[in-house]
Amino acid sequence: MTLSTTDGGPGSATAAVISAKAGRRKPLRLGGRKLTFDFVSFLLVFLILPLAIFLIFVIGPFAQAVYYAMTDWTGFSPDMKFVALDNFVRLFKDPTFLRAMGNNIILAVIVPLVTLTIALIFASMITIGGPSGGQVRGLKGSSFYRIVSFFPYVIPAIVIGILWSMIYTPSGLLNGLLGLIGIDTNNFAWLGDENTAMGASIFVIVWGMVGFYMVLFIAAIKGVPAETYEAARLDGAGRFRTTVSITLPLIRDNVQTAYIYIGIMALDAFVYMAALNPVRNPSTVVMSQYLYSTAFEKFQFGLASAMGVVLAVITLLFAAVVFVVNWATGGRKDGGRA
Amino acid sequence: MSDDTRSMIAIDHSAMSKPAGVRTPKATNSDRVVETISHIILAVWSAIVILPMLWTLFSSFKSSAEIFTSPFGLPGSWNFDNYVSAWVKNNFGQMFLNTVIVVGASLILVMLLGAMCAYVLARFSVPGSRIIYYLMLAGLTFPVFLAIVPLFFVLKNIGLQGTLPGLIITYVAFALPFTVFFLFSFFKSLPYEIQEAAYVDGASEWRTFFQVMLPMAKPGLAAVAILNFLGLWNQFLLPVALNPSKDQWVLSQGMASFSAAAGYQVDYGALFAAVIITILPVLIVYILFQRQLQGSVSQGTSK
Repeated sequence: MTLSTTDGGPGSATAAVISAKAGRRKPLRLGGRKLTFDFVSFLLVFLILPLAIFLIFVIGPFAQAVYYAMTDWTGFSPDMKFVALDNFVRLFKDPTFLRAMGNNIILAVIVPLVTLTIALIFASMITIGGPSGGQVRGLKGSSFYRIVSFFPYVIPAIVIGILWSMIYTPSGLLNGLLGLIGIDTNNFAWLGDENTAMGASIFVIVWGMVGFYMVLFIAAIKGVPAETYEAARLDGAGRFRTTVSITLPLIRDNVQTAYIYIGIMALDAFVYMAALNPVRNPSTVVMSQYLYSTAFEKFQFGLASAMGVVLAVITLLFAAVVFVVNWATGGRKDGGRA
Repeated sequence: MSDDTRSMIAIDHSAMSKPAGVRTPKATNSDRVVETISHIILAVWSAIVILPMLWTLFSSFKSSAEIFTSPFGLPGSWNFDNYVSAWVKNNFGQMFLNTVIVVGASLILVMLLGAMCAYVLARFSVPGSRIIYYLMLAGLTFPVFLAIVPLFFVLKNIGLQGTLPGLIITYVAFALPFTVFFLFSFFKSLPYEIQEAAYVDGASEWRTFFQVMLPMAKPGLAAVAILNFLGLWNQFLLPVALNPSKDQWVLSQGMASFSAAAGYQVDYGALFAAVIITILPVLIVYILFQRQLQGSVSQGTSK
């Protein structure tokens, strides 16, 4: 990677970039330096202190959770029995947990697909959707759309959840608006009916996320040389064809990163689902919600930790699947831009 | 990447988005159709985003009765009764203060510690840096839910459970990996000659960092600080699980208690006012910094 490409601008932060950059210039060596007070105190405060905080409050609890997952700990007594994999066996026989896992998988499949498709379409309209003559450019007034659609991303998720649960109530904004345009919904409870609860919840998450990924894709598309789009146009490619055959392959690494980010979010989904739906609602319950009530309402900490382990394993599997799919569909063949 | 290359790229972009005006292309009919459809789609989406916000704003000035009798009209009178009720009766004043304290303290701490850690990792060859890298990656990828139960007891054992300092240190720990990742490549890109020149001039390691390197990293620090501010202000699970006592609640917990009470004598006017109180600070930050924010989103997450 050379310095003059648009890749790896300040702050780009993935393994590939970091390791590529690491090889560029030899960092100053620690060894062979005089252990003066200055240098030792510097290392203690600059490296050891942040690392200690990170290990004690993040990595430590992760490791402990894996152990607790194999105990019957309730949190009230210091003694706990080691039960090996009993908790996991119990989980996979628990219909509520299996239901929650299924719902999480639905979320992890549909939310990224819908969100990223909409985000990509919007980003294409904004960057290259302009007239087919002259220079490749976007729509007029596109910065307005960009600013507005990004806005939900900065609102706390709990606020988004509460707001939409009010919008969806039988006497809420949605039924009112539908009434105004002549559709009588009979005070339909969007979150109360099990046929619509999941779809309504997914829409809320998509609503909150589209703007963020749109901005991400806009930046990626602007990194593609304009000549590429001009060449495609000369070859007679229409807008749809350009998006599918030019944009998508060229920004595939951005799409992969986005997929993993939003997938991890969808596998958690706690805040949205907790604000929108009660935990007892089987058509929408998710693992994180069930974990929370198992831990902090029923105090079965061992079992709850086991759920956390399952959630973490599914998260890693999800990331692995995204990597494999990207690789199998030719992610490395065309060299990529990253 | 040097400053020159960065400005070169900036020129590239502006050249691309602004046509040089060589000729004014004639729009064909199909262009106009496509453009109109695009505008309609984007405008509809903008309406879907803006309408709930306007509805919230108007409702926050209405009485609970008025919210149900005329849900769409402008409020009959613009009075701040709901805000007073949310701020005083529902204790959102205290929660606002708590949130400012917790987010402010943890933001300063995580920026300082994150910058220091990223600086050492990026500019010195530390033994075991590969392991540190993977641990940080794990901290970014693993669900917070896995850690939440043991974290509760870690804090309890050191006597910080249910206190604001306990919450602050937890915020710092969980925001640290992202901050370090983001700043790592930023520090990596700064020129080595300047650091070496500082040593030659006799500056200590501490002085080199605080007086030479840290000021040079300002753009990166600003970008990650904005993202961290939003992330910490919107934090939900950590306070809900770790911060039970009511007089130490942060805003998101206050919102959650409204949601838990949904349907049972909720003061809807106060709820909408509380929503406005909660999102006003992020709204201001967003409007002030929206350009930098969108820039840092694409920097921090692309590739």
